[in-house]
Amino acid sequence: MHADDDTLFANLRGWRAAGKPAALATVVSTWGSSPRPEGSHLAVDGDGHFIGSVSGGCIEGAVIEAALQVMQSRQPRLLEFGVSDEQAWQVGLACGGRVQVFVEAVE
Amino acid sequence: MKADALARLAEAQAKRQALVVVTRLADGAQCLVDAAGRTGELQLATGAVAEAAALLLSGRSASLTSEPGCFARAYVPSPRLLIVGAVHIAQTLAPMAATAGYEVIVIDPRGAFASPDRFPGVQLSDEWPDEALARLGLDAATALVALSHDPKLDDPALELALPSTLFYIGALGSRRTHEKRLERLHAAGLGELTGRIHSPIGLDLGGRAPAEIAVSILAEIIQVRHRGAAA
Repeated sequence: MHADDDTLFANLRGWRAAGKPAALATVVSTWGSSPRPEGSHLAVDGDGHFIGSVSGGCIEGAVIEAALQVMQSRQPRLLEFGVSDEQAWQVGLACGGRVQVFVEAVE
Repeated sequence: MKADALARLAEAQAKRQALVVVTRLADGAQCLVDAAGRTGELQLATGAVAEAAALLLSGRSASLTSEPGCFARAYVPSPRLLIVGAVHIAQTLAPMAATAGYEVIVIDPRGAFASPDRFPGVQLSDEWPDEALARLGLDAATALVALSHDPKLDDPALELALPSTLFYIGALGSRRTHEKRLERLHAAGLGELTGRIHSPIGLDLGGRAPAEIAVSILAEIIQVRHRGAAA
């Protein structure tokens, strides 16, 4: 695996081994000029610590919030961010792109 | 993601194997696709497994066109950089390349050069280059730079590197040094392959300091990896 992935998954395994809940977010589709390609990961633990990225930094806050919910519900979620979406405009994809991010709990 | 998938990813990482995780976005059901085939709870039609297997080879992540609503994430071995010669340039190149996502191994049998004091946190090999390269294996995700300025170290490394699938081979040295090197490699029967060696090494950024040369070498490696040797 790519060294960035190696580090991210090593963190995920460490969190799970320590008994912490964890979630994994993945960019699954992009339109326009989105900063991170499909497959980009962000991993989050139950305390909101995170590693990796799914954008240039503009939607990470919202993804982390969703990840914390997914850890509780155990139900995966598919999030979409883009300039056409009023709520996402507040979150702000400044680049004008649109991304879909899949968020799943890590068992 | 299930615990067994997490464990399988760790195994693939350790063994430098490629692996694809296919996820059905509607419910999170997953399967793994590797060289041996498909495993896991998510069943896929033969065409979708073939599509995931193609992504396994290309290392690209994408939605499956043959199975709408399924995303395939490809995990491929990290690129590696083998540095022959634990010299001054290597001291800055090694941490820079590690930051750029490369697994870095510095090879030098001279203990005074390849010491942990000079290379804190860097993987070091005190083997002779030909032994180290035979042990590490030379694959298409690996680059090699010969920086030692010593034919006893650089030449055996280049003789193994030239016929391999390494994506980048670079050798430090003046034009005159390189001409002599080419003569020796011709004499060793590798003449037709010497065009693979990037020399003068690195992009022409104009810097002369060791760290500046390290940047130019890393920049060239990144360019060749993404744009190909003709770039």
